[in-house]
Amino acid sequence: MKRLILLATTAVVLASGANAAERTKFEFWYGLTGDLGEVVAKHCQLFNQSQDKYEAVCTGQGGYDKAEQNTIAAYRSKQHPTVVQIYDAGTVNFMLSGAIYPATKFANDYKLDIDWKAYFPGIANYYATSAGEMWSFPYNSSTAVFYWNKEAFAKIGKTEAPKTWAEFGEDLKAMKAAGVPCGFAFDFDSWMDLEQFSATNSIPLATLDNGYGGLGAELAFNKTAFVDHMKDFKSWLDAGYAKIQTKQMGKDVVQAFADGTCAATITSIANHGTVHNTQAKDLKWDVAMMPVLDAAKRTNSMVGGASLWVMEGKSKEEYEAAAAFLKYVTAPDTGEKYIAENTGYIPVTTKGYELLKADGFYKDPKRVNRDIAIASLTASDVTPLSRGIRLGNFTSIRAELRSELEAAFTGQKDMQAAIDTVVERGNQILRRYEQTYKGVALP
Amino acid sequence: MEKRATFSNLWLAAAFIAPQMLLIFVFFYWPSGEALYWAVTLEPPFGGSNQWVGLQNFMTVFEDPKYWNSVRVSLTFAFSATVLSLAIAALLALFVDRRLPGHQVYKFTFFLPYALAAPAVGLAFRFIFSPDAGFVSAINHAFPGLWNPALNGYDAFILIVLAQSWKMVGYNFIFFLAALQSIPRTISEAGAMDGASVLQRMRDIQLPLITPTLFFLIVINITDSFVDSFGIVDITTSGGPARATELMVYKIYTDGFQGKDYSLAAAQSIVLMVLVIALTFIQFRFVERRVHYR
Repeated sequence: MKRLILLATTAVVLASGANAAERTKFEFWYGLTGDLGEVVAKHCQLFNQSQDKYEAVCTGQGGYDKAEQNTIAAYRSKQHPTVVQIYDAGTVNFMLSGAIYPATKFANDYKLDIDWKAYFPGIANYYATSAGEMWSFPYNSSTAVFYWNKEAFAKIGKTEAPKTWAEFGEDLKAMKAAGVPCGFAFDFDSWMDLEQFSATNSIPLATLDNGYGGLGAELAFNKTAFVDHMKDFKSWLDAGYAKIQTKQMGKDVVQAFADGTCAATITSIANHGTVHNTQAKDLKWDVAMMPVLDAAKRTNSMVGGASLWVMEGKSKEEYEAAAAFLKYVTAPDTGEKYIAENTGYIPVTTKGYELLKADGFYKDPKRVNRDIAIASLTASDVTPLSRGIRLGNFTSIRAELRSELEAAFTGQKDMQAAIDTVVERGNQILRRYEQTYKGVALP
Repeated sequence: MEKRATFSNLWLAAAFIAPQMLLIFVFFYWPSGEALYWAVTLEPPFGGSNQWVGLQNFMTVFEDPKYWNSVRVSLTFAFSATVLSLAIAALLALFVDRRLPGHQVYKFTFFLPYALAAPAVGLAFRFIFSPDAGFVSAINHAFPGLWNPALNGYDAFILIVLAQSWKMVGYNFIFFLAALQSIPRTISEAGAMDGASVLQRMRDIQLPLITPTLFFLIVINITDSFVDSFGIVDITTSGGPARATELMVYKIYTDGFQGKDYSLAAAQSIVLMVLVIALTFIQFRFVERRVHYR
């Protein structure tokens, strides 16, 4: 047995040695799954075919959270990849990890020649330190938009999506009266309900500029318009205007919108393609910017999705290979255009956007208005409140919010009491996080 | 003269035990030791600078009302799923043991569920019992709002109990059947001669004679429902709605792997381990006394 293992190891070592002589390999891990995962895998293949010096060994990790978990576990045993795709909520962990090679420094050291100014400010700021340096490369980016069924809104004589939440409330009432069984599908996802709502209305989610100012930030959303916003949702639910749609119900918001069950929903622009591919026949729909409280004071929505991080502790050769890869997958034509064409994600730089527009990308009937996401991301100058969220262990805070909203929406708890609980428990989570990183300054 | 095989050579004996000890050390004592270490420190996700915090993590766990909620949910879950699945399995085994027509087919098919991984079971149950799209949605058409595990905590809890029992039924069934078949036919036949009906024979002869198996299965089922139920919960309910199905093991997963708070998760793992050991101990200490081995 031992001899066999020895033989096998030798064979592997020889084989990799032989390949290394031809191409420098490096590892890239990604979190996207399903169709989107295949798009990433294809991206790797295209890179590998585009040149003969380097080879990206790409491995899907079966989900965003798994990609982060596996990278952490691998880093702890020194088996980590050179480049990894990490979702928005993992940004703060990676910034504090001490395990990464900051993107700006990497680009400088390996002559990546990236025009950092070209990134849309809403995207650049999200992945940047408080000093404004980007530490990761935006890859697949999205934001939340309002999906609406044109026929259902036509029944109440409207040809445009509502601009404000108040207007939307009136529309829901009118649609109910006009016989639309479900005007609005929503779920308990903090990203749409809390985060994008707060950003587009410039409402604080936490103190210290939503955490960008340091790890001492405290949650504040139990004292903002968010509470009334959720009370509105509850009253729409009780009045039969809206429905809760989660995957546990059998249909999530996207499916409920695409099959015509509900006349509107709010979800990621990345689902634009999914809705087209799965929609009920003859469903006439469009996307618009999310409603806000005051149409005159709209601020930019927040970016979602994932970015690419370079990990520290690799050889110069691997970094050179990774640099070539990053150059390829972030370039406007071979990167942004490829992602936008094959998924619902949006270009991340002005150059990429111009290129797509020049190609007539948004003229395609299937993609009409998809660039509303860019309009939403650039709706205003980035303010300290619409910049992003930098809170430790935010995944757990999201889970707390979900649990308490479930209790409030099923009538077990008063809305204000439920959100107070989230804030109180969330603050305990933040204090634990702060204590865990005692003596470490947030970059 | 005492006939007992002993090793005169202690080193040889140690060598025989070593592989097993090594396995136990690598897969049990080492991880448990590591977990204990994490539980008394604060561990950043990427490692590095742990700080010693003594019992702070345990205090955080015990002061959290939601944690006690998960303990309550776990205990109720373990009890309900174990009773339900043992009852059904015993019933199935008793009847298959009667060698009714087709019993070979039943023997095979009843065992199949155990061959499925928990997440697969979860996926099937989520589909079957989803209120909008599943087979059960027909009930909701007749009685709107009657069944909705996505919003009603009781429904969600019933759903995971059903899934867990269904998964364990096959395993329990095989053990019960084996136990029943090891009871000499003559005993049942003698009962029949004395005029005992089928049900009387089951109650008074067969069930008492399989109590050792029953005891073994109780221990296995309770342990399994504590530690292996994760896949079902993750796929069907994700611990919701409003924490109605948040089992201890699922809370460990969300705090540790999703929240990356390894220390808090480690403290909870230690508590869970102590609880499972305690439950098993109680069962051996008090329940086993009533079990008569033949």
